Amino acid sequence: MTAEHLDGNTLAGPLGEIFAVDVTTATGRCANCGLTGPIGSLHVYGPDPGLVGRCPGCDEVILRLVRGPGAAWLDLRGTVTLRVDLPD
Amino acid sequence: MGGIVSIISRGFHGRRRDAGDRLPPGQYLVEDFPVLSAGPTPRVPPERWEFAIDTEAGVTHRWTWPEFLALPQERPTVDIHCVTEWSKLDTSWEGVSLDTLFEDVDTAADYALVYSYGGYTTNLPLEDLLDGKAWIVHRFDGEELQPQHGGPARLLVPHLYFWKSAKWVRGIRLLDEDHPGFWETAGYHNYGDPWREQRYEGD
Repeated sequence: MTAEHLDGNTLAGPLGEIFAVDVTTATGRCANCGLTGPIGSLHVYGPDPGLVGRCPGCDEVILRLVRGPGAAWLDLRGTVTLRVDLPD
Repeated sequence: MGGIVSIISRGFHGRRRDAGDRLPPGQYLVEDFPVLSAGPTPRVPPERWEFAIDTEAGVTHRWTWPEFLALPQERPTVDIHCVTEWSKLDTSWEGVSLDTLFEDVDTAADYALVYSYGGYTTNLPLEDLLDGKAWIVHRFDGEELQPQHGGPARLLVPHLYFWKSAKWVRGIRLLDEDHPGFWETAGYHNYGDPWREQRYEGD
């Protein structure tokens, strides 16, 4: 089967405009099915009209990112938590 | 105004109107038909397909695929405008006018939330679906509407940016209050008039 979606790591650049850390390596938990995994493992649709990251387990929307002129809109409602590894 | 103006007819010697007149600000013309998706393409077999209108009073009107095809069919030729800046002129469709589908629907609602197989939603004022401005279409360019373009059936509201023309349409919920849809809650404009270049929230 041909994948319709993009690799989750395509989120690195667009999310890098917003976050100080590389969020694609952060661990997220799906609000719908509870699957945990790196944001870089999401199935990504887009990039236009916006990036939509879906859970590889249940296809629910984990995050949405729209980049307009002078602003970005980030919706993380499909994510229960993001675990970000940081130095002590 | 785009939807009405763009339903054109040309005689044998009719001169095509200057494409510039028909191109909203910030748009460019395409000859192909780009596919933009926010998720996996739903595959809906006709025997499981249904279309519903849910009123604010809790009444649901439903059509199966054969019932939908038995309704009077129209063949609009319209220009379409995507918020990602491409426009396509003289696209030809076949389907059922929303005026036909609303004939027996008793409603005083001001707003509509369109919902699709696959979970997509989009909102618009109910008046933008009526008076010859919108259709549920199942054929494009003389052929069955392909799944990547929204088949078996999609909404067609050509006077608004094309994200309002929901693919894989499943129903319309009528509401007393506006309820922003998928892209409208993620930075895109709530109404989306291409002639006023209403792309993003605040435009």
